[in-house]
Amino acid sequence: MHFRTRAIHVGNSTDRETGAVVPPIHVASTYVMETAGGPQPFDYSRSGNPTRSNFETTIADLEGGCRGLAFASGMAASHCATMLLNAGDHILTGTDIYGGTYRLLHKICSRSGIEVSMVDVNDLDQLEAHLKPSTRMLWLESPGNPLLSITDLKKTAAWGKEKGLLTVVDNTFATPVLTRPIEFGIDIVVHSATKYIGGHSDLLGGAIVTGDPDLGNQLYYTQNATGGVMSPWDSFLASRGLKTLELRVRTQSEAAMKVAEHLQQHPKVSRVLYPGLPTHPGHAIAAGQMNGAFGAMLSFELHGDLQQAKRLVETTKLFRLAVSLGAVESLIEQPATMSHASYDAADRAKFGIADSLVRLSVGLEHPEDLIADLDQAIAAVTG
Amino acid sequence: MSPMMTSSQNNPASGNASSESTKDPRGISTIAVHGGEARQKPNDAITDSIVCASTFTFENTQSVIDFIQEGQDRGEYGRYGNPSERVVEKKLAALDHAEDAILFSSGMSAIVTVFLAKLSAGDEIVFFDQCYHRSRQFCIQHLSRYGVITKQVKTGDYQAMEDAITPNTKLLVSESPTNPHLSVIDLERFVAIGKKYNVETLIDATLATPYNLQPIACGVDYVLHSATKYLAGHNDLLAGVIVGAKDKLADIRDLRGVLGGVNSAHNCFLLQRGLKTFELRMQRHNENGQKVAEFLEQHPAVDKVFYPGLPSHSYHEVATKTMRGFGGLITFTVKDADWKKTAEVVDRAQMARIAPSLGGVETLIEQPLVMSYFKCTPEDRQRFGISDNMIRLSCGIENAEDIIADLQHCLAVV
Repeated sequence: MHFRTRAIHVGNSTDRETGAVVPPIHVASTYVMETAGGPQPFDYSRSGNPTRSNFETTIADLEGGCRGLAFASGMAASHCATMLLNAGDHILTGTDIYGGTYRLLHKICSRSGIEVSMVDVNDLDQLEAHLKPSTRMLWLESPGNPLLSITDLKKTAAWGKEKGLLTVVDNTFATPVLTRPIEFGIDIVVHSATKYIGGHSDLLGGAIVTGDPDLGNQLYYTQNATGGVMSPWDSFLASRGLKTLELRVRTQSEAAMKVAEHLQQHPKVSRVLYPGLPTHPGHAIAAGQMNGAFGAMLSFELHGDLQQAKRLVETTKLFRLAVSLGAVESLIEQPATMSHASYDAADRAKFGIADSLVRLSVGLEHPEDLIADLDQAIAAVTG
Repeated sequence: MSPMMTSSQNNPASGNASSESTKDPRGISTIAVHGGEARQKPNDAITDSIVCASTFTFENTQSVIDFIQEGQDRGEYGRYGNPSERVVEKKLAALDHAEDAILFSSGMSAIVTVFLAKLSAGDEIVFFDQCYHRSRQFCIQHLSRYGVITKQVKTGDYQAMEDAITPNTKLLVSESPTNPHLSVIDLERFVAIGKKYNVETLIDATLATPYNLQPIACGVDYVLHSATKYLAGHNDLLAGVIVGAKDKLADIRDLRGVLGGVNSAHNCFLLQRGLKTFELRMQRHNENGQKVAEFLEQHPAVDKVFYPGLPSHSYHEVATKTMRGFGGLITFTVKDADWKKTAEVVDRAQMARIAPSLGGVETLIEQPLVMSYFKCTPEDRQRFGISDNMIRLSCGIENAEDIIADLQHCLAVV
């Protein structure tokens, strides 16, 4: 079956008890045991819940993996993946990653004796140079956040495998509609399900998918032991979101392309970062790795100063000033003060996250309405 | 409720359906996402909250008196209205380019409340005879007990409709397209009859949705939708809505407050959420409907296909004139099949689920004879145009190839 058909049907079997075409929301925290300690599919909702399990089945299928796990947030999912590491282990990560992941690795994992190096993951020489005997994990985002850098997943996964590393991709921006990292040899996919998967700005969630059953068991063990699970209500809403995931991602990507093209020829805009533009350094890789579209996130810099960028994000009307992304409503933000404020200022400067950088999450609105909104805001702040 | 309403009215960027001009020039998805919603919401949340309150508090006695005397727009008791419901009503009104909308617990609750609000003993209604069997049942079995006379005329026979009008006629009613025959009404002619005799008109546009048909712009007074179907779109809630001019809806809203067929805040939230992807889903339903109808039409085991997008359909011309697209519902008959053979075709479905209802993301299949008309006499079925070999298919938003492969498998039994 095709992607969209699977998004609707896999994990959403008709309820046997009632015939309900949409599976019921199971809110029970606990389950009555047939026998003391006897095995049964569900015993306690942290260990497993039918509604959560449905969502986990669907997302695993869409990512082409064999095991899916749903979490209370994207950070809970990312944390679970990092808990595969032990004190003394070393992790390699890209330089263009979500601020919350940066904080997790540098401020939390580091306390457990895990060492982190941020490197240009597209440069194998750089990766080799930072490789240590203790290196165990390679953490990637493609497209990256907020610079939309593209990582060649096939090449990098092969390198990681050769070095015996666990490879992880945060696939939040691309979604399985556009990129399925497991197909490129990646071991673990993590998601902030809050974004495109939920898609309506009305739930928090995270997900992990792996194509390796043993790894799946290890991750499940940690999920159950640490308890950052997705609620039944959010699992239901996330499953509902998956049913329109492909429609939303493709429509939003089309609109983002139009917005990027418009901004690129705008005299007041100095730089547009969008993998769909031929001028983007990762365009060729993205064209081969992303399935027919380039996502709906883009960043740009204004010909102007920090204050003008700040006023710009406060002047748009359809684009609302808010962190988060991936939903039907278009959002605008300034990474330096918002999504990437948890980076050390020096690291922001080093990795090219300018204070004047503006990040857009293109929603479902008509692209002409969005372009008109950006034009009026740019005109208002650049006089 | 008031902070939400106030900020909505103050901001030109929010879709405010109840202003003088009801024509929102923005794109359909822009309206679907933002229409009816306040730009800045309580707690600065990007989405509306689910207000489960059954009742709404007053600061003191004077504020109760002010509320009554000034007719303030605020919450009082859940049966009279709720903020989670009001925001969806405004969004639905915006999508139909109408002034106002009233939400109900189901499509039937909506139509029943309209009839009871608008009709009194001695009044008459005229409707085209192809229609949802429960709407017909309510008129024949129940409205008649209150002294309201229902006249049914042949669908699409405008002269017969005109001839049926008397000085007591209060309402002309039709579906467009009709269920399950997909006949399409020429709204210009329908509205012209209403205007000529000064009788109000109502169109049940459930199958069309505001994406494919804009009856208010054609001059229709009331538009009804079972919002359970395409508007909510996910087969996970029940809702109905009546759309029209504010002054015409006032007595219906009052009666809803008395009869109480209101929806729940949780359902309103799900409906609002479903509407955000309305345009995307409808584009896909239209595309799938057309592809599947074309597939069925050329299939040797298929006798007749009812789908407005097919040039062979009796109403193709009027459909092309009035509609943007033709939706996901298709009715077809199986060649040389009795009801049992037809049931075998249905039972072979592997992806499509056997169920009543339509308009959701999942493809549904059913045999009208069994699902809706099983207890009718063969004579009645013939009168309603329900043949033994008829199958109704609601195309979901899956990939069209998968729906076609499923049907290919179903029809292989013939």
